[in-house]
Amino acid sequence: METQWDILVVDDEEVMRESLAAWLREDGYAVDTASSGREAIAKTKIKDYAIYFVDLKMPGGIDGIETMMEIKHLHEDTSIIIITAYATVDTAIAAMKEGAQEYIVKPCNPEEISLLVNRIIKVKNLQRENTILRKKLTQQYSFQDIISKNSKMHDIFQLINEIASLRSTVLIHGESGTGKELIARAIHFSGDRSQKPFVSVSCAALAETLLESELFGHEKGAFTGASSQKKGKFELADEGTIFLDEIGDISTKLQMDLLRVLQEKSFYRVGGSEEVHVDVRVIAATNVNLEDAVREGQFRDDLFYRLNVINIILPPLRERREDIPLLAKNFIERLSHELSKNVADISENALKILLDYDWPGNVRELENAVERAIVTCKGRILTEEDFSFLCHNGKRKNGWHAPTNMTLAEAEKEIIAATIHRTNGNIKEAAIILGIDRSTLYDRIKRYGIER
Amino acid sequence: MPSILLVPIPPVTMERITSLRLPLQSIFDTDTVIDASIHLDIIAALDMYRNQYNSSILLASLKERFPQHEGKILGVSEVDFFVPVLTYVFGEAQLNGTVAVVSVYRLDDTLYGLPENPRRLNERLVKEAVHELGHTFGLYHCLDYDCVMHSSTTVEDIDIKRDNFCPACSRAVKRHLHARS
Repeated sequence: METQWDILVVDDEEVMRESLAAWLREDGYAVDTASSGREAIAKTKIKDYAIYFVDLKMPGGIDGIETMMEIKHLHEDTSIIIITAYATVDTAIAAMKEGAQEYIVKPCNPEEISLLVNRIIKVKNLQRENTILRKKLTQQYSFQDIISKNSKMHDIFQLINEIASLRSTVLIHGESGTGKELIARAIHFSGDRSQKPFVSVSCAALAETLLESELFGHEKGAFTGASSQKKGKFELADEGTIFLDEIGDISTKLQMDLLRVLQEKSFYRVGGSEEVHVDVRVIAATNVNLEDAVREGQFRDDLFYRLNVINIILPPLRERREDIPLLAKNFIERLSHELSKNVADISENALKILLDYDWPGNVRELENAVERAIVTCKGRILTEEDFSFLCHNGKRKNGWHAPTNMTLAEAEKEIIAATIHRTNGNIKEAAIILGIDRSTLYDRIKRYGIER
Repeated sequence: MPSILLVPIPPVTMERITSLRLPLQSIFDTDTVIDASIHLDIIAALDMYRNQYNSSILLASLKERFPQHEGKILGVSEVDFFVPVLTYVFGEAQLNGTVAVVSVYRLDDTLYGLPENPRRLNERLVKEAVHELGHTFGLYHCLDYDCVMHSSTTVEDIDIKRDNFCPACSRAVKRHLHARS
């Protein structure tokens, strides 16, 4: 029988230790032994054992319970079986309270040990299989670092693959928190510039003069405090990609400078007279409607057309709700590890809260909410209580206020139309959401003349 | 081809030992010889408190008595065996080594209040002897319930399985024999 599971037998009595190890080795397990709690802890630090058999009474200052607690501290998911020659209910309870999975009295029945180990290994195999399947599922729905099973997002992933190696500028439009920079990174790292720099600049974060120097660099003495020459982001991104976030916020002068870079592929450093030539792919992003800004004269139309060669519109999270469970579980896996917490999953009721919420801050808000819930969570599973902050003050249906200026029939029509729109015309799904049967829904659609 | 040496560890009848010779010779396809010339002191393995015999001590004694033997050595006794951590064992072997021991004691139906059944007792003894020798050929417990290397902790388990190896275990034994020949 081949197996990848390692077992450590910890007992100060050599005959006990070796006889148990030999018995387990015949089952095909890789078995190590330790003659003291200290040796067991030292071995635990260099190897992750699936099962520990720990003798309760050991001399040398550290007994079985202390050894077990220390091992649990190092590898919390491990299984520990306490073995002892003295069967007392008190010690059994104490061992189980501290996290022992089983408790056996030596000498024990050979059948008992085999069944015990088989049972634990069976659970561990299932857990491992579960982890692998989850990972595969996530990979199936992920592109670079973006996770989604939404069809619009998959169209975007396909578009990214098609345009990744082009030099054309890209304009990404999406609400705050939808992952515009992730898309920009995905374009860069999927294309032939992936080995070259990806430089990100937030245009809204800096004042106009600072942004100009930030983008194009400056010569020594160009302004007070410019004590040496400095390369700008465009130079740093040479042969790579520059990502200009919140492009809608830049001044008219900078719009002109940017247009020149896009047309001439060259610029002057602030205070400089020497033209700098660069080969940079520009990806810009905005959360405002640039076409409106052009119409209102706040954004240059020639720059807009230069930027808008390839246009990507990212859907907000409320329009890709099917991704919420996938994203939440991915955040739990990552953040639980980063925050050194033991949270492994999320309850169905908690997921329902997340699915019902409108997420105005999109994926970033979801990530923050999961992080906040993990920090305050007391157990291994996030429950609805951990997300109670989303429901406070009736904010659960964010942004929704009961209309006070329409008839009941008008309100019903609006709600039905919005639900059908949300389900992309899927009547069965819309009926479930509305809590009515399909025939009633068809009746209302006909009565109100709602388009499907 | 290395042979299998059958060693009686008294108390045990010679009839019991000879009954193993042909089946082992046939299953392992190698010479099986009996050596009753050496008297093994079983008292050294007795645990007075448990009134059982420590099979690990018997394994060590056998190995010490036959240091030059090229093949496998199987000791057979009628006393009750144990290893310190377990209440009893049917036998014990040195994994991928040279020595193994089996006990007749718990294979006998009369121990469980049933009528004497010499044929069944002999079948069980052959299976346990092959199983323990299988460990000396480096075999682990097999998941195939029909294979003689399937783990057995009760006589009922022994009765279910065959007295021979599954194809995978059989190949492993053959590889081992050819590597050593």
